[in-house]
Amino acid sequence: MCLAVPAKIMEIDGVMALVEVDGVRREGNLTFVPEARIGDYVLIHAGFAIQKWEEADVKEFNDIMSGIELPDEDKA
Amino acid sequence: MNVETVIANVRSISETLNRRLVFMEVCGTHTVSAFRTGLRSLLPDNVSLLSGPGCPVCVTPTGYLDQAIAIARQPGTVIATFGDMLRVPGTESALEKERATGADIRMVYSPMDALNMAKAEPEKTVVFLGVGFETTTPTIAWTIKEACEQGLKNYYVLSAHKTIPEAMMALVSAGDVKLDGFLCPGHVSVITGSEAYKPVCAECGIPCVVAGFEAYDMARGIEMLGKQQMEGKAEVEVEYTRSVTAGGNVEAQKLCVDVFDKSDTEWRGFGVIPQSGLSIADKYNDVDAAIKFKGLEVPEAEDHSACRCGDVLRGICLPPDCPMFGKTCTPSDPVGACMVSSEGSCSAYYKYGQ
Ligand code: SF4
Repeated sequence: MCLAVPAKIMEIDGVMALVEVDGVRREGNLTFVPEARIGDYVLIHAGFAIQKWEEADVKEFNDIMSGIELPDEDKA
Repeated sequence: MNVETVIANVRSISETLNRRLVFMEVCGTHTVSAFRTGLRSLLPDNVSLLSGPGCPVCVTPTGYLDQAIAIARQPGTVIATFGDMLRVPGTESALEKERATGADIRMVYSPMDALNMAKAEPEKTVVFLGVGFETTTPTIAWTIKEACEQGLKNYYVLSAHKTIPEAMMALVSAGDVKLDGFLCPGHVSVITGSEAYKPVCAECGIPCVVAGFEAYDMARGIEMLGKQQMEGKAEVEVEYTRSVTAGGNVEAQKLCVDVFDKSDTEWRGFGVIPQSGLSIADKYNDVDAAIKFKGLEVPEAEDHSACRCGDVLRGICLPPDCPMFGKTCTPSDPVGACMVSSEGSCSAYYKYGQ
């Protein structure tokens, strides 16, 4: 139930944003991540962004997901 | 580094220590992930993973369901809830059964959906079932504050919110299981920050590592716990650095402190754990369903006598130890909460075999 997924912010309107997860667009509330901007990645849980992700983290996540091995230094 | 390398490190740690190592994954999402990714089968024989009390639906006691069912029967009331709650058995009924006989019970993805329902249907009384840990609590806190600020008169929350570190400490101090480390929940920790587990390390002397949800993350978490055992340490470490900081999400914490007060609350299997619950603060009384529906008659809560959910949640037994597991209790016809929730241990063991 505490599942959260990384999503990219496409549009912002006040506290609400349009975010994209796996090509699907949804609403995301940015109250808890006020510093988030269009183009940023955030972790979405129950319709709320709860944490900003750096782009490198999204890449790492995608690499882990697709089972690609990472060079050691990238993991440090 | 890949999963295999990490697992090889775990194996050598367990060989060096030359004893059985038991780690508890506190979070239900970890439980499912450990099965789904095949991590469980990769672990060396003398390293085992035990599921903990981290499935919010599973630990919500029967009495709460009974209360929700009694509210659902009130004319003009809508119950809005996350999906898993529908099938959890109460003493005499379940929300799903009530819905089949005409109660207005709706599944939502976000508590914002429930708030919007209240706005769109001012003639209805909308009650959101506030179930969840630190990850979910701020999202519901937001709707409570928003309802008050907008002067909504028909939105209520029935709070059964719970906090994880208190349950971890209660579990250890009960003394039924001996653990070598806690794999701490990733997304709870996004909100609380890793510092929240410091008391667990200090009071229980058990290492804590916050881990992410992929096989690699969890394996690394286990390796880090093993290393602490080798070095005789009991500290908080973070593997899931892409999401978790020491201090957590301060905005979310501030809102929760404003909207909720810490309180004693009942957990399935544990009884009442002091200061492990969050009840709605007095200044938001107008939104508190526990106050609004105080006089409702609710049957005395009773659990199915043979269901061992409570023991499963405390790590005392494994789901297959329950005589009903896979026989009279299956995901399509569940007897206990741990078989209902997709994150429940019984459901995970059933689905992925054992
Ligand atoms: S298998 Fe079913 S009856 Fe047994 S402990 Fe799990 S949920 Fe309860």
